[in-house]
Amino acid sequence: MSEELAQKNAKLVKKLVMVVLLMFGFGYALVPLYDVLCDITGQNRKIQGSTEEASEFVVDESREVTVEFITSLNESTPMAFRAEKNSLKVHPGQYYTVNFYAKNNTNTPLKAQAIPSIAPGLAEEFFKKTQCFCFTTQTFQAKEEKTMPVRFVVNPKLPERYKTITLSYTFFDTTNIVEN
Amino acid sequence: MSAVVAEHDDHHDHEHEHHGPEKGILRWIITTNHKDIGTLYLLFSLAMFFVGGSMALIIRAELFEPGLQFVDPNFFNSMTTMHALVMVFGAVMPAFVGLANWMIPIMIGAPDMALPRMNNMSFWMLVAGVLLIASTLFMEGGAPSAGWTFYPPLVMQTGKAFPFAVFAVHMLGVSSIMGAINIIATIFNMRAPGMTLMKMPLFVWTWLITAFLLIAIMPVFAGAVTMLLTDRFFDTSFFDAAGGGDPVLYQHIFWFFGHPEVYVMILPTFGVASTIIPVFARKPLFGYSSMVYATGAIAFLSFIVWAHHMFTVGLPVAGELYFMYATMLIAIPTGVKVFNWTATMWKGSLTFETPMLFSIAFVVLFTMGGFTGLMMSVAPVDFQYHDTYFIVAHFHYTLVPASIFILMAAGYYWLPKWTGNMYNEKIGRLHFWLSVVSVNILFFPQHFLGLAGMPRRIPDYAIQFADWNMVSSIGAFIYGFSQLLFLYIVIDTIKGGTGEKVTDEVWEEASKHGLEWTLPSPPPYHTFTTPPEIIPTEHI
Repeated sequence: MSEELAQKNAKLVKKLVMVVLLMFGFGYALVPLYDVLCDITGQNRKIQGSTEEASEFVVDESREVTVEFITSLNESTPMAFRAEKNSLKVHPGQYYTVNFYAKNNTNTPLKAQAIPSIAPGLAEEFFKKTQCFCFTTQTFQAKEEKTMPVRFVVNPKLPERYKTITLSYTFFDTTNIVEN
Repeated sequence: MSAVVAEHDDHHDHEHEHHGPEKGILRWIITTNHKDIGTLYLLFSLAMFFVGGSMALIIRAELFEPGLQFVDPNFFNSMTTMHALVMVFGAVMPAFVGLANWMIPIMIGAPDMALPRMNNMSFWMLVAGVLLIASTLFMEGGAPSAGWTFYPPLVMQTGKAFPFAVFAVHMLGVSSIMGAINIIATIFNMRAPGMTLMKMPLFVWTWLITAFLLIAIMPVFAGAVTMLLTDRFFDTSFFDAAGGGDPVLYQHIFWFFGHPEVYVMILPTFGVASTIIPVFARKPLFGYSSMVYATGAIAFLSFIVWAHHMFTVGLPVAGELYFMYATMLIAIPTGVKVFNWTATMWKGSLTFETPMLFSIAFVVLFTMGGFTGLMMSVAPVDFQYHDTYFIVAHFHYTLVPASIFILMAAGYYWLPKWTGNMYNEKIGRLHFWLSVVSVNILFFPQHFLGLAGMPRRIPDYAIQFADWNMVSSIGAFIYGFSQLLFLYIVIDTIKGGTGEKVTDEVWEEASKHGLEWTLPSPPPYHTFTTPPEIIPTEHI
């Protein structure tokens, strides 16, 4: 192999290795990019720790929407978790409060984060929570049981085709996760 | 360093550089010769084909009847996962890298690959990666069983095998990136004078494009599995909902890699088919430049269609529509190719030696796999097909009677060149007919099962799926065992075959179709140490 060819090869390999490194970085760049795209399209909104601003709506007495409540625990989270009722018929524009109960079944303190999810996803922007235990990480003492109210309102602008909205919470055991 | 240096600048090294291969086992371990490394890749992938195939037979044996028969469900899921990993990363990809190593230098008139030592390293890294992933079978908690896609949160339940699987993926990724860089450097810098890009054989073109796909996607996959690793061991929350992450993000990153990855396995297939069909039709390839552009178009489209694998995760409607239409676009360049192959055969003087039989079967059966792909691209109906046996049938049609058949065809086509001996045509044809019939018995019923709603990756199923599963399993065993004929033929041909001495051309007028047929059969250890003269050939 001539010197010249060896140099040509080395130059090309350097460029190709740069492409490889850039693409490795691109994989990681997809993480923030994904958040931005979800934000723009209003999809799959990850509900962060901020309370949403309370606003007054005109109550639409003529319409009823069923709101269902589902509670679940991730894998082996050692807790008991339930809602006060399975579902509630609500008038759009009216504020309601529903209690959720969670208990630490272990003899040691436990930290847990509830992750909410709303179905159908497209109805999410019309469902506002003004108070929720999911806004912050919950700390439970040994065997402690908590009553946690959720205050919410359905925006009267909710399109007619939505008759039922399902609100589900999953508790994740975050005791061993370091706060960032 | 190659022989050229020895000849021109380095006379005292002359003797050392010009001797043949090392003696004994060391030849294969330290070799930097493209032919040796090509042989290593091909033999390794053949071995892995049988390992992955045995796993498939365990799956089909379990699914022969409803109910749990032979293996426990976790092991069954390990088998589906490992079958996919072994076949994708251990069999199909290395087989094409092997063909690239053997054929690209002698197709473009180069003395060797551009980076021979890296070539050796990428092969042995592949072996290490595959051994690492195989070692997980013996670990506490079993081998990975969440599917080859490694979706979280399910994959987080993998036992001790988890970090080993991740590191194995890293090694396999580094190995294929090094292979790809080597191929690009060889094609760009080592072509014989006069071998312009648009004179290159299509196999070389398809590999050039495939190599670019590889260096673009393997790092993304490496990143994705690294995120899984840090989520599990270092408290990051890329995909962990508890920490504000999102498992769906993983699917986006994975399929950004995954969709081009499936084209990594099919584009070189197209290249080999475009090489073989003209020889046995005794006509130049129809539409050479449209083949090149179609390959480029398919490669480009592969980067912008990934979410058609995830229509059911809850994409915005605009996203569903975009990914649906973009996916349908792929049918256009693919159609160009299928019509070109057909037009090449049109009014040709066809003969039906084993490589041609496999190639024709490829054109027909790959088209069927392509059509089911088109069906699944329609987002609203994909909700019915998603995660059912219809998907399994689709991608096996595009992999087994397509990539695998073409690899078989390549074996039959080039074995006489590689070994200098002729294979047994009778057994070759028997192998073909057994394969083509049984592969359809194996996979065609899976379309019906999928449409009827049988989910993928389950060890047991509802009773109404029993009949077609039994048919499918029977096909699987016939197909699996008939591949032993290929193993026999390979060994037999290496040992001398029919005893008939083959000419340099091997196939009638093959030398019009590629430089490799101007070399002796078998070619000497070092070829094209002085670049050949490129005379305009008919295929342009």
